[in-house]
Amino acid sequence: MTVNIDEKELFVTKGKKSVKINIERKVRGLALGLVIPFLLLVVWEAAVRFNWLDAYVFPAPTTILQKIIELAQEGTLWGHVGITFFRVMIGFLAGTIAAVVLGSIVGYFKWFEQLMDPLIQAFRSIPSLAWVPLFILWMGIGESSKVMLIAVGVFFPIYLNIVSGIQGVDRKLIEVGKIYHFTPLQIVRRIILPASLPSFLVGLRSGVGLGWMFIVAAELMGASQGLGYLLVVGQNTYSPELIIASIILFALLGKATDSLLKALEARALKWQDNLQNQL
Amino acid sequence: MLKVKEATRTFNNGLAGFNNISFSIEEGETVGILGTSGCGKSTLLRVLSGLDQNYDGAIEIRGAGDQPIGMIFQEPRLMPWLTVKENILFGAKDEKEKQATIQEYLNLVGLSDFDAHYPKDLSGGMAQRTAIARALIGEPDVLLLDEPFSALDAFTKMQLQDLLLKIQQNRLTTMVVVTHDIDEALYLCDRIFILGGQPGTLQAELSIDVPKPRDRGDSFLAGKKAEILELLHIEKEVI
Repeated sequence: MTVNIDEKELFVTKGKKSVKINIERKVRGLALGLVIPFLLLVVWEAAVRFNWLDAYVFPAPTTILQKIIELAQEGTLWGHVGITFFRVMIGFLAGTIAAVVLGSIVGYFKWFEQLMDPLIQAFRSIPSLAWVPLFILWMGIGESSKVMLIAVGVFFPIYLNIVSGIQGVDRKLIEVGKIYHFTPLQIVRRIILPASLPSFLVGLRSGVGLGWMFIVAAELMGASQGLGYLLVVGQNTYSPELIIASIILFALLGKATDSLLKALEARALKWQDNLQNQL
Repeated sequence: MLKVKEATRTFNNGLAGFNNISFSIEEGETVGILGTSGCGKSTLLRVLSGLDQNYDGAIEIRGAGDQPIGMIFQEPRLMPWLTVKENILFGAKDEKEKQATIQEYLNLVGLSDFDAHYPKDLSGGMAQRTAIARALIGEPDVLLLDEPFSALDAFTKMQLQDLLLKIQQNRLTTMVVVTHDIDEALYLCDRIFILGGQPGTLQAELSIDVPKPRDRGDSFLAGKKAEILELLHIEKEVI
């Protein structure tokens, strides 16, 4: 029965009713997703309070929250979060630009793919963390080696997605451009780029995820500031609440950037005929 | 006006494509190309449209406009990221100038209320109508149609055939329709070319001297249909 009603609602897509229902449905979905985390937090807090867990090893959620507030009040929190965020963004930007330039050329020109792709694939098979010692030797333990490591990590997923996105563009659409005597540049700008946008955005999202992974490695290696540095401090001063606090901050930052990209994706791809755009 | 002189395009060691085809089409004429599958009729259209340039022979298209060729494919081939309106304007040389006429074309194909919709929200017939408007807005001298309605249901098909007739009468566009639907060819075309063989050659040419719009149940057309069927059948026996 409910399905029938929903379908009727769909016909008046522009109507306010369906929007309202959509929001309601979204809120309900969000609330459902919060149930288990909330329960876990309550159990965790209770376990520490009743001394089932040792607070020195496993601090209560409230202790961790206090630690974060304390850092914020000291004013050091913003410095740590800021520098980490900054490194990820610069590395992400550099990696994205390199991937877009190389990926577009490799995707578009067959001969360039034959020239470059084997080399790039060979580099891809190197675990990116193996670069760390070399980057530190070359660039010291300053910002540039960290940014470089992130850029390398971000590069590959974006590159791969751009190449496969461009190569997967429907030949039939390109023919439409040829009928209108488009120049190669026009074909790229008006057909190939928009058509490969979905896979580019997928690449961006996995790229930013890897960026957050590599920043931890980079900051564990040697840093005097940043969330990764807080992890090291927490370990050395035996304060698990600091470690968990930075893990949570990492998670929040990672989630925030991913949601941002996801929103961008939904906005840019509202034309896609897929399950997500059905409602 | 469209002139083809001894055009040949073959592949698969000369077993597919078409061989040594010559014809000429007058301005404002509608010509249908019928043939069994694999006789090179779609290849012929790709050569005429300039998508396939590896042919021998000569093709001459003479017209006044800045866009000599318009093409309607079997599928709508709309850009999924553009709205109906943007899709119609896709390929228009001077988009600003065409903005003024877009409404006219939307009305012509009956999509005035759908200009802001994306292709995913359109039915097959609506998508194909968008493709028709896109091909027409550039005011091509010759309109090439590659089995344009074969993916549509019978009812939509008839509607779009009537739409095409209306457009043809208003604008006197020269049209070449590749089809495997004999009734469609008889309903739309002034002349029908029968292609056959592998590679295909021009087997026969029929003039349909019946004023348009025609009656789909016309007995004269039925006679012509029998004639065409026989022509195609003979071809089959040769192979």
